[in-house]
Amino acid sequence: MLRALRVRQTALAPLILLTPAFTVMLFVVALPLAFSLYTSMTPYRLIRPETLDIFIGTRNYVRLWDNAAFWAAFWRTILFLAIALNAELLLGLGIALLINKLTWGQRTLRTIMMFPMMFSPILVGFQFKFIFNDNIGIVNNALQSLGLTDRAIPWLVDAQLAMFSIIVAEVWMSTSIFAILLLAGLLAMPRDPVEAAKVDGCNSWQVFRHITLPFLMPFIFIAMTIRSLDVARAYDIVHVMTGGGPAGRTELLWTLIARVGYDNARMGEANAMAYVSTLLSIAFTVFFFRKLMAARRYMGGAE
Amino acid sequence: MAEISLKKVVKSYGRTPVVHGIDLEIADNEFVVLVGPSGCGKSTTLRMIAGLEDISDGEIRIRGRLVNDLPPRKRNISMVFQNYALYPHMSVRDNLGFGLKIAGQSRSVVAERVAEAAGILGLSDLLDRLPAELSGGQRQRVAMGRAIVRHPDAFLFDEPLSNLDAKLRGQMRAEIKKLHQKVASTIVYVTHDQIEAMTLADRIVVMRDGHIDQVGTPMEVFNHPVNTFVAAFIGSPPMNQLPAVVDAGRLRLEDGTTIAVPERLRARVRAGQKLILGVRPDDISPEGYGLMEDGESDRVDLLVDIAEPLGMESLIYSRLAGQEVQAKLYGPRLVAPGERLTCRISLSRAHLFDAGTGRNLEAE
Ligand SMILES: Nc1ncnc2c1ncn2[C@@H]1O[C@H](COP(=O)(O)OP(=O)(O)OP(=O)(O)O)[C@@H](O)[C@H]1O
Ligand SMILES: [Mg+2]
Repeated sequence: MLRALRVRQTALAPLILLTPAFTVMLFVVALPLAFSLYTSMTPYRLIRPETLDIFIGTRNYVRLWDNAAFWAAFWRTILFLAIALNAELLLGLGIALLINKLTWGQRTLRTIMMFPMMFSPILVGFQFKFIFNDNIGIVNNALQSLGLTDRAIPWLVDAQLAMFSIIVAEVWMSTSIFAILLLAGLLAMPRDPVEAAKVDGCNSWQVFRHITLPFLMPFIFIAMTIRSLDVARAYDIVHVMTGGGPAGRTELLWTLIARVGYDNARMGEANAMAYVSTLLSIAFTVFFFRKLMAARRYMGGAE
Repeated sequence: MAEISLKKVVKSYGRTPVVHGIDLEIADNEFVVLVGPSGCGKSTTLRMIAGLEDISDGEIRIRGRLVNDLPPRKRNISMVFQNYALYPHMSVRDNLGFGLKIAGQSRSVVAERVAEAAGILGLSDLLDRLPAELSGGQRQRVAMGRAIVRHPDAFLFDEPLSNLDAKLRGQMRAEIKKLHQKVASTIVYVTHDQIEAMTLADRIVVMRDGHIDQVGTPMEVFNHPVNTFVAAFIGSPPMNQLPAVVDAGRLRLEDGTTIAVPERLRARVRAGQKLILGVRPDDISPEGYGLMEDGESDRVDLLVDIAEPLGMESLIYSRLAGQEVQAKLYGPRLVAPGERLTCRISLSRAHLFDAGTGRNLEAE
């Protein structure tokens, strides 16, 4: 009897031990997700709680289809991501390659390089808001002192310039993720294949193109995977720097969702948008993760 | 297809010189093996020939052309690395064809040469695999294939077999030898394994501490080592080296045992001179059980420590004048520990080295 109990206890032990984690996951992740999925199928308005009970199926999603503001923000977000992620990748790669060449001071630089990651995005937003301020900003100040212009360039007011400024802030904040991961890749890279390629007739560019870059691909995919999960952090920057303006010209999905959900109190519709943007993010993550898995197949024989 | 010449080549890392001005002439189609203990500068020398290390001083010429300042890709050599250094993300086919593709050869030429090399090395069935999916021996062959497809002026090998197990090493050694006969070419081969050196080389270069001690055919190096270092390094088991003093025309060992001075060397020794007597284990055998008992010889008594029967022969670890001496016994005779054996020591094949400098008295 006693023994039977003990056996059952040991069999149950893993489940019991996992219960707290599962409970937390359930309440913190699963239930809110399920709830927001449900609200995305209601005409839920924050100021009229009774609307939560009206189930309208996929109507919110169908409406999005004809919502010009949504699609404008959607494509602007894609463009924003394409430019920002590529710029971050290229800059990060360049920085990593340069730091990898250093013979001394490398550790210090590696640490300094991580500083941008320590700031909360909202601080980065404020910081760049001041940097690009047309009256007191350091950018205009520098340009004017250098005599390059005598106008006050409206960095955050002109639609194109505002987008540019936001991208600069985003790139400043996140380039270090690429730089650090790619530097890790470079440091882990075996020297032999590079030397073999040199003997095989490659010049520096060819060595980079045919040996170094393929070796770095898994690291690039890791960085891309991480970034496609956390790009939504850019919300803070946009919100602080332009608030989606001027006239909605820098509106990205995330600011749009916040506006519709909180300012306009149309939570149901906002949640539908949020689901679309989440699916988009997941799609990117899965895409890069697949690539990563494929690339890892040959890294097993890297020695 | 090319001769390589090194003149006073020096390599320093910072202020520490690791290769001290070596001279070496390698003839066309010659198979030269660099041997020496770990850290003596073999790889460094090879990498300077390849162009992977800068030359601190001196000249290297390949085919008569000064290559000191040429990058590796302009030297038309190929190299096989100790860890194979295959391109992990490319199939065997692409690994083999990579150099040709970079050189701008047409697809058909690449395919043809890859097929040819794969045929020579027995890789035809593995062409679509990735390096990670190959065994050590197969990777080794891919590395060699990658070297031969380009028809380079010279091949450089850096301990290509050291990661393989003993059996495979033997096989690959034979294959490398065959390869040298099939694709006539200059080969510089680095190893610290003296058996590889003896079996493969046209000429052996014995290096120590960044210097070349001796250059010669395997037989020259084996039969006429210039100093005690080469004598101990080449040959297995190594040559016995016994300190001795010339006394009354004989060599007196530390405990008073005396051995005759080999006749050909009598004119070269003086009384009281401190020497080292070098005798290979094959040249000390119990009377009647030696391999070659012709020629001049003398007798010594050995006290047996242990004997290792190896079938037709036994290796005897014994003591003479307080020193460990290895002897060989040929024939079906068992030896017991503690036994006192009267052995014949061949003087015609013995060497005398100066005890101070370690130089062979016969080396000029
Ligand atoms: N990058 C370097 N910086 C400083 N010293 C070096 C460097 N590379 C090699 N050395 C030194 O140069 C000497 C020769 O090295 P090398 O690699 O040529 O030896 P080796 O003969 O190939 O030895 P092994 O049989 O172990 O491969 C060694 O003493 C080594 O410590
Ligand atoms: Mg070496």
